[in-house]
Amino acid sequence: MSDINRRNFIKAAGLLGAAAALPFNPLRAAQKEITVGFLYVGARDDFGYNQSHAEAAAQVKKMPGVTVVEQENVPETVAVQRAMEAMIRQDGASLIFPTSFGYFDPHVLKVARRFSDTRFAHCGGLWEKGKHPMNVGSFFGYIDEGQYLNGVVAGHMSKSAKLGFVAAKPIPQVLRNINAFTLGARSVNPDITTSVIFTGDWSMPVKEAEATNSLIDSGCDVITCHVDGPKVLVETAEKRGAMTCGYHASQAKLAPEGYLTGAEWNWVTPYQEHVRAAINGEPMINFLRGGLKEGFVKTSPYGPAVSAEAKKNADAVKAQMLSGDYVIFGGPLKNNQGQVVIAEGTDYKQTAVELERMDYLVEGVRGQI
Amino acid sequence: MAESELSIFLLALLAGAIRVGTPFLFVSLGECLTEKGGRINLGLEGILVTGAMTGYAVSYLSGSPWLGVLAAGLSGLALGLVHGVICSLPRVNDIAFGIALILFGTGLAFFLGKDFIQPSAPMLPSIPLGFWSDDTRVRSALNVNVLFFIGVALAFVLHWGLRGTRWGLVLRLVGDHQDSAQALGYRAAGVRILATGVGGFLAGVGGAYLSLYYPGSWNEGLSSGQGLMAVALVIFARWQPINCLWAALLFGAAGAVGPALQAIGIGWGYYLFNAIPYVLTLAVMVITCRPDRTLSGAPGELSLNR
Repeated sequence: MSDINRRNFIKAAGLLGAAAALPFNPLRAAQKEITVGFLYVGARDDFGYNQSHAEAAAQVKKMPGVTVVEQENVPETVAVQRAMEAMIRQDGASLIFPTSFGYFDPHVLKVARRFSDTRFAHCGGLWEKGKHPMNVGSFFGYIDEGQYLNGVVAGHMSKSAKLGFVAAKPIPQVLRNINAFTLGARSVNPDITTSVIFTGDWSMPVKEAEATNSLIDSGCDVITCHVDGPKVLVETAEKRGAMTCGYHASQAKLAPEGYLTGAEWNWVTPYQEHVRAAINGEPMINFLRGGLKEGFVKTSPYGPAVSAEAKKNADAVKAQMLSGDYVIFGGPLKNNQGQVVIAEGTDYKQTAVELERMDYLVEGVRGQI
Repeated sequence: MAESELSIFLLALLAGAIRVGTPFLFVSLGECLTEKGGRINLGLEGILVTGAMTGYAVSYLSGSPWLGVLAAGLSGLALGLVHGVICSLPRVNDIAFGIALILFGTGLAFFLGKDFIQPSAPMLPSIPLGFWSDDTRVRSALNVNVLFFIGVALAFVLHWGLRGTRWGLVLRLVGDHQDSAQALGYRAAGVRILATGVGGFLAGVGGAYLSLYYPGSWNEGLSSGQGLMAVALVIFARWQPINCLWAALLFGAAGAVGPALQAIGIGWGYYLFNAIPYVLTLAVMVITCRPDRTLSGAPGELSLNR
């Protein structure tokens, strides 16, 4: 008995060893092929969020051994579950990038529990250990750094000391951007206020145009946004002679006069990390974050209207961010109801998960969640 | 301060009524004409989106926004004629085909429109009616697009045409009582096909307004149900073209309420305010559509009355 047991043990161990060795075999690794699925909530070329993802997906496509399947206009409903399932079953995708915030809970979580061999790298969600499956990961960029820099430039350029922000929905990431933009502007001039208009959804062109016009009518002279496609907003503001700060991708082409700078994504960095991990058989990266320093986000080149002083100030802040020791959300910080939300002496670094649960608007923001 | 905020708000409503209301005006006039002939075309939503895409594409390729408007109208005419012809076949339900046309029109537009999301097409010009004012806000609010005036004129022309011309009378006769029209020797099917086609033309122009003037960009989320709301709006307007004008302005203003309130600092309940046009549509439907009676002014041959 014991003899057979030992033999079986050796056999099994040998097999295990061979299996474990396979992924590390350089020849095999070079040949290993992987199908990666991308899902977008809107059109791939919307001058905004989806375009920023699709541009990075195009880079992923160039990686050796990688096949990319894409689906656009997938709503944040049960439709995304079907789309993911189709990618897994029909296209054989083993790594899925569901790129819209609303996909995460419950859709990605549900599908991930059923397909435990597939990796789901969700953009924007907050993966929590113990609560969420291990084959799910969330990655995101600290684009509020870019919005803070937008705010610094806007603070210098605004004559009316009133800024406008067109936002889709009051979710933590959006609130963080509104707050960072406002804090950046108020670091230049503490009297500046930001008026916020929520349109209710990620892509509402008519509402966005109305919101932009209303903000300009109420005296705002620099407008920025957090909606899926800033094209309408930037074009409307340019027509009205107002300045804009971009978001997601560069909209400089759309507003040659009024475009100041912009906060842009650089998704190719986290994408490549995930794809490499999947190809090499490394464990799923469950939590991945990065800002300017890590190359997850970047800023648009300054527009012609930006003053030398604004550039100098923004560049100085940016340099600090790149060295990794700049704190945007430090105490004491009050919300716009007058309550203290970050106590004196508390500094939240960019990596602090408290910031990803943000549910307030800071002092100086005109608007309600 | 409060007074200036009120004036900003009212100005936003006025400007919004015109800016946001113009597509409603065109689509509802088109639907009014179609329904006067006794047919319902729910597919105007699909036609609107196709028109928006066609208008943008042609304006971009040809460099002339007016050519874009014309092309948008013609694409609407084509889809309208399809609806008209197919619904003239026996036992075809116009509501069901209308829904099919919504899906077909939007799908076609998304498919063909892929390449036109990125480029910027030349826009339609506007008339600066606010030249007398020093206030840039007033000037901007009174920058009114030419299409709006065409729409207003059209409302009056249709109002007169439906009452005072032979064409109008035939259309209404066909819509009200098909048997009488046939007894008089008019071919109901032909008249309806024509009315649906022209209705489609107008809806296509409404789409071109969206993509070529306000908000002035083509993408797949451009329409937020304007085409469907216009159908409710026609019922609300009791099939009167001039009432369509007022109803379109009302719906336009309702669409501007949400952003305008937030701009003056009233931040609560924006989901509610943003939903006003849809709530208004529902309310109109509930109030006007009662099973126990037909609506005053409704054409007798409409499938929702039979």
